This record gives sequence, C-alpha cells and structure tokens, in this order.
Amino acid sequence: MSGPEGTRSSRRSLQVKFVPDEDVLKHIADDAGTKVRKDKAQLSVSMKRFVKKLENISDNETQEILEEKSYVAALGLCAQDPVGNGSDISGGEVYSFQTPKRCSKMAELASELAQTPEQNVAPDHSRCSEKMAKTPQSSSNFMWTEIVWKCNLKKKEFVSTTPYRLRKRLAAPDLYLESESEYSASCSEEEDEEDQKEVNIVLSSQKTPGKTKAVSTPPPRNSLAKKIKEQKMGSLVEEYFEAHSSSKVLTSDRTLQKLRKRRLNQQTLHDLLKKAPLAYAAEIRDLNQQHESLFSKWMLQLHLGFNIVLYGLGSKRDLLEKFRTSLLQDSVHLVVNGYFPSITVRSILNSITEEVLDHIGTFHSPVDQLEFIIKRFKEDSSLELYVLIHNLDSQMLRGERSQQILAQLSSLPRIYLIASIDHINAPLMWDQAKLSLYNWLWYETTTFSPYVEETSYENSLLVQQSGSLALSSLMHVLHSLTLNARGIFRLLAQHQLEKKDNPSYPGLSFQDFYQQCREAFLVNNDLTLRAQLTEFRDHKLIRTRRGADGVEYLLIPVDDSTLTDFLEKEDEDV
Amino acid sequence: GCFVFKPSTKKRRLSEKTAQNFRSRSDDSEDTELRFVTCQSLWNQIKSETKQIQEDLNKQLLGNLMSFLSRSHSEFQEKTTEWTCRMKFREIPTAALVLGVNVTDHDLTFRGLSDVLRDNITPYVALLEAKDCPGIKNLMQKLMGQLMNCDIDTDSPEDEDCVQVSQNRIRCSMSSLISWYESVTKKTDSETPSKKRNSSSRHWQSPPVVVIFKDMESFTTKVLQDFIVISSQHIHELPLVLIFGIATSPMIIHRLLPHSVSSLLCIELFQSLSCKEHLSTIIDKLLLTSRFPFKLGEKVLQVLINIFLYHDFSVQNFIKGLQLCIVEHFYSQPLSVLCCQLVDVKKRVYSLSRDQCENIRRLPSFRRYVENQESGKQIALLTNDSFLKEETEKLLEDLHVYHENYVSILRCLHVFTSSLPKYPLGKQIRELHCACLEKQVWETEEYESSLQLARMLNKTDLVTMLQQCVEILMSSSGKEFDKTVEKLKEFLTQFQNLEEASQERDVSVTSQKELQKKTDLYHLQKTLLELKEARRSKKLTKFEMLRFEVVDYIDSLVRKYLVPADHRTLHEIMYFNTATVLRGHLNAAPRTALHTALNNPHWYLKNQALKCDGGGISNKAPDICIVYKLHLECGRLINLVDWLEAFSTVVTAAEEPNADAASSDQVDDTIHARFIRAVSELELLGFIKPSKQKTDHVARLTWGGC
Repeated sequence: MSGPEGTRSSRRSLQVKFVPDEDVLKHIADDAGTKVRKDKAQLSVSMKRFVKKLENISDNETQEILEEKSYVAALGLCAQDPVGNGSDISGGEVYSFQTPKRCSKMAELASELAQTPEQNVAPDHSRCSEKMAKTPQSSSNFMWTEIVWKCNLKKKEFVSTTPYRLRKRLAAPDLYLESESEYSASCSEEEDEEDQKEVNIVLSSQKTPGKTKAVSTPPPRNSLAKKIKEQKMGSLVEEYFEAHSSSKVLTSDRTLQKLRKRRLNQQTLHDLLKKAPLAYAAEIRDLNQQHESLFSKWMLQLHLGFNIVLYGLGSKRDLLEKFRTSLLQDSVHLVVNGYFPSITVRSILNSITEEVLDHIGTFHSPVDQLEFIIKRFKEDSSLELYVLIHNLDSQMLRGERSQQILAQLSSLPRIYLIASIDHINAPLMWDQAKLSLYNWLWYETTTFSPYVEETSYENSLLVQQSGSLALSSLMHVLHSLTLNARGIFRLLAQHQLEKKDNPSYPGLSFQDFYQQCREAFLVNNDLTLRAQLTEFRDHKLIRTRRGADGVEYLLIPVDDSTLTDFLEKEDEDV
Repeated sequence: GCFVFKPSTKKRRLSEKTAQNFRSRSDDSEDTELRFVTCQSLWNQIKSETKQIQEDLNKQLLGNLMSFLSRSHSEFQEKTTEWTCRMKFREIPTAALVLGVNVTDHDLTFRGLSDVLRDNITPYVALLEAKDCPGIKNLMQKLMGQLMNCDIDTDSPEDEDCVQVSQNRIRCSMSSLISWYESVTKKTDSETPSKKRNSSSRHWQSPPVVVIFKDMESFTTKVLQDFIVISSQHIHELPLVLIFGIATSPMIIHRLLPHSVSSLLCIELFQSLSCKEHLSTIIDKLLLTSRFPFKLGEKVLQVLINIFLYHDFSVQNFIKGLQLCIVEHFYSQPLSVLCCQLVDVKKRVYSLSRDQCENIRRLPSFRRYVENQESGKQIALLTNDSFLKEETEKLLEDLHVYHENYVSILRCLHVFTSSLPKYPLGKQIRELHCACLEKQVWETEEYESSLQLARMLNKTDLVTMLQQCVEILMSSSGKEFDKTVEKLKEFLTQFQNLEEASQERDVSVTSQKELQKKTDLYHLQKTLLELKEARRSKKLTKFEMLRFEVVDYIDSLVRKYLVPADHRTLHEIMYFNTATVLRGHLNAAPRTALHTALNNPHWYLKNQALKCDGGGISNKAPDICIVYKLHLECGRLINLVDWLEAFSTVVTAAEEPNADAASSDQVDDTIHARFIRAVSELELLGFIKPSKQKTDHVARLTWGGC
C-alpha cells in the first residue's frame, strides 16, 4: 500500500499521512474548526473543482429555467389561479435536474427541522460545519464526514448518513458504537472492492481503543488532464449517469432488525394509525367540501360526453365514494377498485357483461367482449352506465392493452367514466389516441387524506404481512406431507439459511440436493426427489430456476427471518 | 375489485337529469333551463357547422381517391392490355394517404372515406387497425369478418347460409376469400333485374375490395409484407385495392417494406389538408363570424391555440375545448341567458328577474358604463329595472353591431398585414384577432411598424388590396360600410387617374437616360450628386400622397372598429374569458400539483402552523411532506432505518419541542406506524420503490431535488 501512496503524495497537493493517537487527541482538544479548514485548503484542488462544477451547474440551470420560462410564457401560463392549483410553479422547479444537496444530508435536515420548530432554515454547509466545529466532541466525527464528503466529490456518489451527533441523540451508546463500526466496515469494504489504488488509513480512535476506524481517502486520479477535460464537459446530466452507472451506493448498513424493532403487522399498524389523530382534519374537511361542491358539475360534464379524471395528493377514494352515494344512487354504476392487486380488465368487462347486461356466456378475448358491449350499448339506447375507477394507474391496469380497452369503453356515449390517478408518471400511460378516446377533463382534487385502502394491499417493506401469511401456509402445507418430504424441505431450508449472507446465492443445484438427500436417507432415486419437488412447486413452496450453465437451482421464495421462524417451529414440533 | 350497483327504482330520463344537474348548482335564478337549452342548441349548431366544414375540406381529397379507385377498378373490368401487363407483375393498386401527425383526427377522415366508398364504389370496404392485427392470421380474420358482415348488410337477409358461416369457423385464407368474392359477385349477377339495376347504379359489376390500413406505421412489417405478397398472388381473381393511412411521410412505405415487396404495389400518393389549414378554416368559420353569439376571449383562445400548436395538432381537441368553453360559460355566467341570437334578445331581456337585473348592475363593464353617464341617468339605471332593461337591450344590439363591423374590418386589416414583409402582426388572421382582442392594437409597436411598411407598398399591391377590402366590406352584413366602400372606391379611381398623370414624369426619366451617355468621371459624379439633391428635396409625388391617405384611412377604420371586446359594455355576456379553468381541465399538470402539495402544504391547508417563509416546510407539516422532504436529501438508495430516525427526530421535536430527544432511544410505535404509512404512500405515488440491492433499502425513482 505504501508504494502507490508514495508516488501519489509527491504528485498531489493532497497529502495522506498516518496520524498517531496523540495527534488525534491534540487535534480534538484544539480548536478543531481551524484545523479542519486548513485541511480543506490542502484539498483545494478538489474544492476548486467542485466550485467550478457548481458554477457550471448553476449556469446550466439558469439557462434551463430561462428556456422553461419562455415555453411557459408561450403556453400562456401566467399564473393567477383562484382555486388552489399549484400552477404558479414553473416546470423547471418540478422537472429540472437540481443539484443534489450533498452537504445537507437527510439527517441534517431532520435535525434542522427539529431544532428550529418555528422558522425553517435552509441548511447550508458553512453553518453546519461551524456548528459542528464548536463542539470538540464531535470533531472527529466531523472530520470523518468531511472526508467522506470529499470522497464523494471524487466518486460522485451520494451518501446518506446520519451524523453521529444526531445519532447519539437518538440511539443508545452501544448501538452507536455498533453502528459506527458498521459504517466504517461498509465504507472500506466497498472502496476496497472498487478501487485497488485507494488508501485506507487506519485511525485508532482513542475514545474506543478496541475499535478501529477504517477511513478511506479520496484516491488521487492519475490523469489530471483528463479530469480537467471532464470538468469542462461535466454537466449535471453526465453526473446523473455517473451516479447511476456504478452499482455502488454508499449508505449505512443498518437494518431494521438491529433496531430491535419488531415489525408491525398489518393489524397493529392499522390500529396504531387509527389511534393517531389525523393532522389538520379541519383543513382537510374544508378542502373536501370545496371538491364536493363540484359534484353536479361533474355530472353535467359526464353527460355531455366528457370523462373525468381526478389528480392531486391524497386519497380520492372517499371523495368518489361520496359522489357515488350522493348522486348515483338511482343509476346503474360500477365501482372498480384499481388498487386491488388482482384486478384485471377482464374482471371489469365480465362484471359489465354479466351483471349489467345480464349476459351469460364467455368470450374468446377481452376484445371480443368489448365489441359485444359496444354492440349492446349501440342497440339499446336506454342503457347507461357510470364507471368509477379508483386508481386507474394501478399496477394491474396501467398496461397498454388494458388502457386501450378502458379507453374504448369510456368513449361510448352512454358510459360515463370517472377515475382517479395518483402516480407521478400516470399521464405517461396515455398517448394522443388514447387521450382522445378518453376525452378527459382534469380536476385537481388534493385531499391530503391518507391512502388507507390503497396502500393496505401493498407489500410494504416495513410491514410484516407476507411473513406471517407465508409462515402459516408453509406450516400448513408441510403438515400434510410425509415425514420424508418434510425432511427434504428442511434440508433445503437449512442450506438456504447457511447461505443467507451471500446475496448472489443462486439456490441449491438439483444434483447437490439429490446427493444430500441420499446421504440423509430421504430418497433413494432422483425420480422420487423430482416427484417431491413437483409437489412443492405446485404449492409454491419452492421455485426452480435454470442457471446460465443449464443446471437447475432450487430456492425457497421466503425471506430469511420467516425461514428461521419456520425451522424453529419445526424443531418444536419434532 | 369490481362492484356493480343497480338501483331498485326506475331510471329517469337522461335529458331531464342533465338539465337538472345544470340547475342544481346555479342557485341564483330560474333561467337555468333556458340557459341549458340555449347552450345545447348553440353547441349543436356549432357541431353541425364543423361537420359541414370538415366534409367540405375533405371533399377534394375524397374525390381524388374516388377517381383513383374507379380508374384502377375499370382497368380490371375491361381487362385492357395495360391491366394484363400489370397483372404479369402482380401489382396491387395502392393509395398512400398522407394524413399528418394529428392521429386523433384521422378517424373522422376514415369514417368519411369509408362511407363515401360504400355509397359510390363498392360495398366491400374493410378498415384495419394495427392493434387488432398482431399477426397475419388476425389480419385475415378481421378482414374477412368485416367483408362478410358488410355483405350481409347490403344483401337481402334471405341468404341465411352466409350468415351462419361465422368468421371463426371458416378457414381464413385467401382462397376462401376468393371463393366468397366469386359467389357474391355471381349472386349479384343472377339476381332479379330490378335489383341488379339498383345495385349497378351505385356499384359496378365486380366492385373492388378496398382494404384500408388506418395506421400503417404501427403495423408489424412482417404482417404487412406477408399480406401484400399473398394477395398479389391472387390479384387477378380478387380486385384488391389498398389504402395506407400514413401519419409521417411517404418514405415510410419504403422503410417498412423491402424493395421486393414494395415493387408489388402500384402506389399513388394523396395528401390531405394540413391540420393548420384545417384549424384556420375552423376559426374562420366558427369564431370570426357574427352568426354565433358566443365568443371566446383573448386568453381562452390563446390557450386553445397553444394546446393545438404545442401539444397535439388535433382539430378535434380544439373543438372539444370549444365545447368545454361553451358549457363553462353557460354554467357559470347566469347572464349568459342573454347570449342568444339578436331576435330573441328583446324577449329575454324583458323577462329578466330582479336578481338578474342586479347581476347586470354588478358587471364591471356595466359599472364603468354607468359611471360615464350623467347623474340623472345613473340613478335611473341603478334603480329602475325597466329602464335598465331598455338600456341593456340597446347595449346588446350595439354589441351585435360591433361584432359585425369588427369581423369585416379585421379581415380588411388582415389583407394589409398578411402581405407585409416579416409579418409584424402575424401571418394568420387568428394572430391578428388575438392581438386585437388583447388590447388596443393601434398602441402596439407591431401595428406601428406594419403601418410604416404599408406606407411603402407599391401601387399594384395597394390597388389589389383595396379591391379585396371593397369585396369584403360589400359582402359583410354591416350597414355602416356604405360610406367606407365609397371612400375606398374613390381611392381606386384616384389611382386610376394617377396612371394617366404618370406620363408627366417621363421628363425625369429622360434625365436619367442622359446618364447612360458616355461621360467622364467628374461629370458623372456631378450629375449624380445633383440627382440625389433633387430627390431629397423633391416633394412627395401624387402617388405617395395618395398612399399616405389610404393608410391613414385604414388606420382610422382600425381605431374606430377594432376596439378590444373587453372595452365594450356587457361583453361579459358574450365572451368567455376564464382561461385558467379551461387550462386546468384540458392541460392539467398533475405532477405540479403533487409537487406543490408536498413542498408547500400551506397552499392547500390554510393553517398558520404550516406557514413558513423561504419556500421550506415546517416540521408540523403532514407526515408525507416531511418524509418526502427528507428523502430529497438522499441519493439513489435510501436506508430505511436512517430515514425512520430522521423522521422521528422531526416529529418528536414538533410535538414536544422542549423535551430532550435523547431521552427516548426507541422510536415510538405510533411514529413508526405513521412513518410506514407515509413511506408506502410515497411508494404509491411513485417516488420510491423497494430495492433488493441492500437489505432495508428503498430506491429513489426521481433524480435531484424534484
């Protein structure tokens, strides 16, 4: 390691040196701020570059905003909106690439928000650094962040970390230490993997003598000229692609499990949220009342051949439901819960043909079915149907074909469609042809109400819902199997748990598995094993995948914690 | 996920309901019914008018296509030598129809086309769309289905056997298609003479089979190629004609089809009217006319035109926007009941209720009008309803007259401005119209410069323009223009007289001719200087004087008649001017709304606690805003634990600002739950998604600080 380091230090203004413990102590005792600033000066090359880059960026940005403005002006978008429409925000603010604020990271913002409850301060780096420098305790931490930050400048990767200061306030001391070591470990590991030339300096912190901190310093790039060239071209767009090109992302390694936090299941989550008071209920009610006053207008416009789409933050379910109960009681209407995970266009069409048109029989394809509906509606002029679709942009309905069919359906003169969309990119579903079929009138209905129903089906990372379900179904299925079969499954599960630290674990190959099963006297030939596996597969207990080499790999599609629970339960049973 | 609700009670009639919806909101008056009826009838008029315009515009294109089809067909009939030699090469007659990028308008054109074809040339027309034909098999199915169905439609219902053969049961192949065609044509031959005569009056003996590919670009090349190759094999048995609808350029045919296939086609190109011309005609016929009482304000028109130019080029959408304007106007303006033809105005004005009179008095333009009256009249206007009604009627009549004059003079002005270099006031009449509606056009710089340019026009141009103006004014219904016409005619005769007078100027010409004589440099210089001197001091010629006079006269006309509409009293009744509503409904920005709601919740939730300066959010904002704000600070991946902790820091600080945050090392369950909810809401909105790259991480889907 000393070899490359020596050559580099001679070439670069940035110097990397070993710092003995005493120095660190002195450093901490001293006015850390000035020292750090000196360090900063040493790193002037990188700083200058950064500044330059910032200038570039701001230039680009202003230009972009200018263009944006001319376009906006051309559209006649001079803002003077009576109703709360946020259209006074130029597109530039919403869509332009803005500089990611590296120095003000999430946690810093959080602490800012927490510290200044009344007024909001835009966190700027200089202030932060001063504040941090004031407290000698946090100086080492500050240095660390500083270095990481500079390292980011080089690597152009974005770190989201919680500074120690904050974390200390939040977490217990032991947790703090633990996470600290995690941090450094993750950092060094990734750096090492990525760049051999990188130098790891081991600073032994006197606070925790046993612990070691591995801090990586920015690797001085060999070709300075090339870099300068890069800077010139360095636009934000490029930065975007660079940030996304490498798979390495620097974030802390902390996991929810280590937080000693049990995962909430759906029920408790629901209960907890029910208990929590809804913030700004009065204001939200006002908003809703504003929207409700438009109901009769909606009806009118629906009847005049338009269809209505609602957008804006907040669940629009209750609003539509209210519309339904107050105005549609006397007419045939169809409510489609788009957020429902198993909804299909087919089921929508089926409910129209079977329940609205009272047709018995099946259809070859949705297109045939659609044609049938169109024919019926053309023949019988007394038929009319209101269709309410919650979340037209849901996973299941956003496909091109589904949208085409729905659009054609909505273009029928006596089918009145009123739908809601939530996803930020929802309008991209529709091309001009579909838009003209839909004949939308857009209504902004920002309600701020929580998406209770809509998110209840989502497989959230934080909610342990699939786990309990999967576990119980695992247990259930396995109890009905023979002892040998259970043994086979156990074997597979144990193997998978052993390999749980390997993220690229492809699964257990069939041959290996057969060997193991033979050794455990569970099967006597591979045919029996295959039969058993087929049974597992039918119950969706395992998944097979053919690798690149043509070998069949077996995997249990359940997360590790559930699998552990399962093995524990199994042990109890035996 | 689908639930059907059926009412137990009997359904009411549709029209009743619509009218009722119209009524239920506008609580102010009893005129709603009348308003609704007026609105509907106006819209129906406009709709039929547009239909008429579109038919007229397509007439020429359709005519060309018809003659092409009948030509290709007659060749087949007569079996001329030309046809036989073409048959050797198996060429299918093909019409490439270039329709332009406004895909949404194509449907209308095709519908018109197929109707005309069915009426005049052949009953066998099939319209194919790319989305129905992913493979050659589907294409054949679709094709045969359409052909045989239409056959059933045109033929008498007695051939039951034909009906029974459902399209799914017969083998969809070219040979079955041919046998079908043979049987059909034979049948028409053997039918009763009367019927035969009947059919032959419309169609020929063996009518061609026309296959229309609506969106040629979207078809898979393989399907198209296969179809063309196969059908070219059978072209001598089946007189097939193809029509390609093309949105981009004719080049696409050669891009899609290799030479071996495109050589099987005998392509003729047809160009439809460009959508811009289409729009100009629509604007000309619908907006720049005094036939319809309803008018669009400047901003509204601008929004509609911008949507057209910047977004879709779709005339259909423009008309949809117009419809929305009409509905909005009649729905939101209670006085729009007076927005009717002049003949009805009197009756409607006198049946106005007290409330409506008050509404009139509340109109800003009417207030302005009252303020300019003498005090006695002011009192009468403000207190006496019947006097007000009389006055209103008079004002409305004035407004009608104003419209008529406005349109004529606008057209005259357009004659002048549209031929000026660089078009300072725009090339299209709609631009001029917008400029005139926006403000007093004679105060603008563009108008100034165009007058300057007009003062430099040559005589022939000026004369033709004046003649055009005379024609326009003569054809207009306005009565005031007799004098104007006379004046213009007088100008014209003066120009005529000038011609005779111009002979006098030959003297100067001869002096110039002297220059061409051989002379030395000094003398040349001298004479040139003299000439220059003379020209500078020369008085304006008669022609120039007259030209100035003409331009000044036009200027005076403009100042008199092209007053912006919102300077007129009671313009609110006729003009729809709420552009923001229109834009909100037609050209919405859902993402902007989300952005505002997340960044600045105070915009929607009017609570003091949320108010904060500097564009930031306070820590009391709704959970989702805080979570959103925090996630903006992250890179591509977000650690959920860090996020949760940051969130709980903010939330606890907001709830108990004085308490020491360090006291609780564990995140409160409720806060945890709120965090989960906010995160899954962000996921629903599409800002983040779960990531498998690292445990307990989510990936950001947006980039940067947006």
